[in-house]
Amino acid sequence: MTHADTTVPARRRFLRQSGALLLSLQAGGAIGLASAAELDARPAAGEAFAPNAFIRIGADGRITLVSKQPEIGQGIKTSLPMVIAEELEVDWKDVRIVQGDLDPAYGPQGAGGSTSTPTNYDNFHRLGATARTMLVQAAARTWGVAPADCRASMGSVHHDASKRKLGYGALVKLAATLPVPDAKTVALKDPSSYRLLGTRIGGVDNGLLVAGKPLFGIDTRLPGMLYASYVKCPVLGGRPVGANLAAIKAMPGVKDAFIVEGTENLNGLRPGVAIVADSTWNALRARKALKVEWDEGEGANHSWAGFTAQAHAAARNPGTATLRKDGDVAAALAGAARSVEATYTYPFISHASMEPQNCTAWFKPASGELELWAPTQNPGAGQALVSSTFNIPKEKILLHITRSGGGFGRRLSSDFIVEAAAIAHKVKAPVKLTWTREDDLQQDHFRAGGFHFLRGGVDAQGKLVAWHNHFVTFANRVERPNQENSGGSVLQPGSGGNLSGDEFPARWVANCLLEQTPLECRIPMGPWRAPGSNVFSWVFHSFIDELAHAAGRDPIAFRLEILGDKDTMAGTGERGVPYNVARMRGVLQAVAEKSNWGKRTFARGQGAGVAFHFSHRGYVAEVAEVTVSKDGKLTVDRVVVVTDIGAQIVNLSGAEHQVEGSVIDGLSTLMYPELDLEKGRIVQSNFHEYQLLRMPDTPAKIESHFLKTDYPVTGLGEPVFPPLAPAVCNAIFAATGKRVRELPLSKTDLSWS
Amino acid sequence: MSKYTLSVNGRARTVDVEADTPLLWALRDTLGLVGTKYGCGMGVCGACTVHVDGQPARACQLPVSSVGKGKVTTIEGLDAQASHPLQQAWQELDVPQCGYCQSGQIMSACALLKQHPRPSDAQIDAAMAGNLCRCATYVRIRAGIHRAADIAATAKDKK
Repeated sequence: MTHADTTVPARRRFLRQSGALLLSLQAGGAIGLASAAELDARPAAGEAFAPNAFIRIGADGRITLVSKQPEIGQGIKTSLPMVIAEELEVDWKDVRIVQGDLDPAYGPQGAGGSTSTPTNYDNFHRLGATARTMLVQAAARTWGVAPADCRASMGSVHHDASKRKLGYGALVKLAATLPVPDAKTVALKDPSSYRLLGTRIGGVDNGLLVAGKPLFGIDTRLPGMLYASYVKCPVLGGRPVGANLAAIKAMPGVKDAFIVEGTENLNGLRPGVAIVADSTWNALRARKALKVEWDEGEGANHSWAGFTAQAHAAARNPGTATLRKDGDVAAALAGAARSVEATYTYPFISHASMEPQNCTAWFKPASGELELWAPTQNPGAGQALVSSTFNIPKEKILLHITRSGGGFGRRLSSDFIVEAAAIAHKVKAPVKLTWTREDDLQQDHFRAGGFHFLRGGVDAQGKLVAWHNHFVTFANRVERPNQENSGGSVLQPGSGGNLSGDEFPARWVANCLLEQTPLECRIPMGPWRAPGSNVFSWVFHSFIDELAHAAGRDPIAFRLEILGDKDTMAGTGERGVPYNVARMRGVLQAVAEKSNWGKRTFARGQGAGVAFHFSHRGYVAEVAEVTVSKDGKLTVDRVVVVTDIGAQIVNLSGAEHQVEGSVIDGLSTLMYPELDLEKGRIVQSNFHEYQLLRMPDTPAKIESHFLKTDYPVTGLGEPVFPPLAPAVCNAIFAATGKRVRELPLSKTDLSWS
Repeated sequence: MSKYTLSVNGRARTVDVEADTPLLWALRDTLGLVGTKYGCGMGVCGACTVHVDGQPARACQLPVSSVGKGKVTTIEGLDAQASHPLQQAWQELDVPQCGYCQSGQIMSACALLKQHPRPSDAQIDAAMAGNLCRCATYVRIRAGIHRAADIAATAKDKK
């Protein structure tokens, strides 16, 4: 029996157990259903045509499409089905969307690295076109005419010569009997004839969201479900040795309390104490009475102040790794007309998705099956971690992908899934694990902090001739028993904590030295929206601005000169990523034009700044205009964004949403969040101490422009984020003469007189 | 455990919980009204905003024992057809990204519109500053409130 065969009854079982889910129809657009399970349970309206795992057309003409990717707020549950609907030639209002479970029938299902669109876009066109081709064939056969004389339009096939038409519903019976053509051979629509792609389409779950219907992982409810809280050592990497479990078990509503041994893997099942109760609150109030004896481990020595001292000491020596060495930096700096030296610093931060980490798990000892409901970006990794941790075969782990209340990379990690599985394994009943906000902020897989010790030089003509960066980053020691010359373990920098030797402007400067030194720590780290790029862009475009100022050059002219005349810059080594310089020049010149760069005069306390960045296959340039009051309060008045993500915007509403969200998230992350570390503990505990931007700081104007270029379509969850912080900081410098070299912004006094 | 009879969305609902149980968890775990969201548990993010006697309140800070005869309205009870002007505007302008905070945003915005049927941007900023949106949909929330005010005014004219 194949895996797909076993999951279908499992889905039906899920539906019976979880009861009917509410569904409301909204006029004028496709709607979302909570899960594919609902579709399976719906009585089929007569015959259905299902040429692949993603499309089902009923005899009533209703179209159901499966969204395989996790929806985390990036809009993929709306945009990818739009691609199928476009090629299928159907009216969007006749389409309903269901969320697919984790299932090999759908192919890879991770939502990370802004890859959901580029990895599925072409295939989704072909899925839709395949079904349309078969429906046209069915109509042609019915009429005894050539398929080439028929055309599909808005849910019907037309034979114009005889003015006949048949709706898709009337064709499903015959279409279902036809052989499925090779998807590579079917004709795709000419982009000039698109009706849906490039228009503004609202999110398919909006109707359910505004009505407060259950959609998120944390909304999962099952008969007999228990509620769990999981307490980990406040010192990152520590473990429980003992706890007052008997006292906890005697508290109201508490069903069980136990220690989970966990593993050494900082990104796996971390050791902790589980409390299981009959309600979330009873688990939380028992937790207040929990007393644990911790083995804090070596992490207890960590402090941000200590790491800062270590970083500055490391910078006095060569890096432990040389990432790039071009020309002779020392000689170029010595011979430079002007040189600049600066240190840029940023802290550890948390993801702080609005929906705290949670997962519902149900282990069934009789069958050995584990069923999971998880708000995850990375369902396959969750299944794999649970499988390896508990030695449960993957085919016995059924994972339902719920909507996620924000992702930002946090839910690429699977710690909350494996914790829920550990608890369910013990209690043998459906159990929902919910992290507190304090757990979420303090037990994150953090965005690594970092230190960049930079020196740069310009020649007498004001051209950039030297660039030296010693990057001090953070790393975990991980076991590598089979790696030669490793002594059994290696230091692995956290996600985003590894600088590429190709990172701009490295390939463009004749004399360039990039060095890196990792500081060993027990702090779990993980991908955070645009990993690496989210800080590197700020550091490098701020420092480029310092050099442009030292050279007395216009910031955009200086950058265009660095980019030079070549149209492409090859990547270094086998895994190097080529950089399309022409596309970057295109967005940079466009943002200069759209923002009226250089043609405006600003009063003191006001100014404009620019930055650009290439990441996640997207080319983005941004100009920020700011006002800084005399007492140092920042207001961002306007942000102009020019984005080149290829030939087609899929959903214009979704794309503009990602641009606006990335700009404001970029500003928020510049202005507010910061985690201190003392005695191995994260100091900030909740949103009163870990501030994020709110409505009053929202920029008055965010202007988004898309340059359509003849390149493959790609995703937009990340690439607009990186240039925002440097554009704003460069604008602050233009307004005040104050250079921001440390995040968050509150570290720098911006007052002026 | 003690029994409390609450007025929720116009119906009497009895919950049998510990006295210090926040209204948030009684709504979500006991009554199955999961539209009210847990975000911080200390009244600083706004995700759990409900109305008590028409006034916005943070359900995570309100022990069930203190609700008394207060009439609780949650997102599920805002409008029988889920077509309150804010719910219409939110769909028209495609306000949500992840959507997790949006029921709290709508409940706060609803209280604002009752007080100021045509709010200024400054009034919106002041009234909505207690509601975090991590996806940063603030531009559209602001526009959504203005649009809801238009929809409400048009509906009033027709009456």
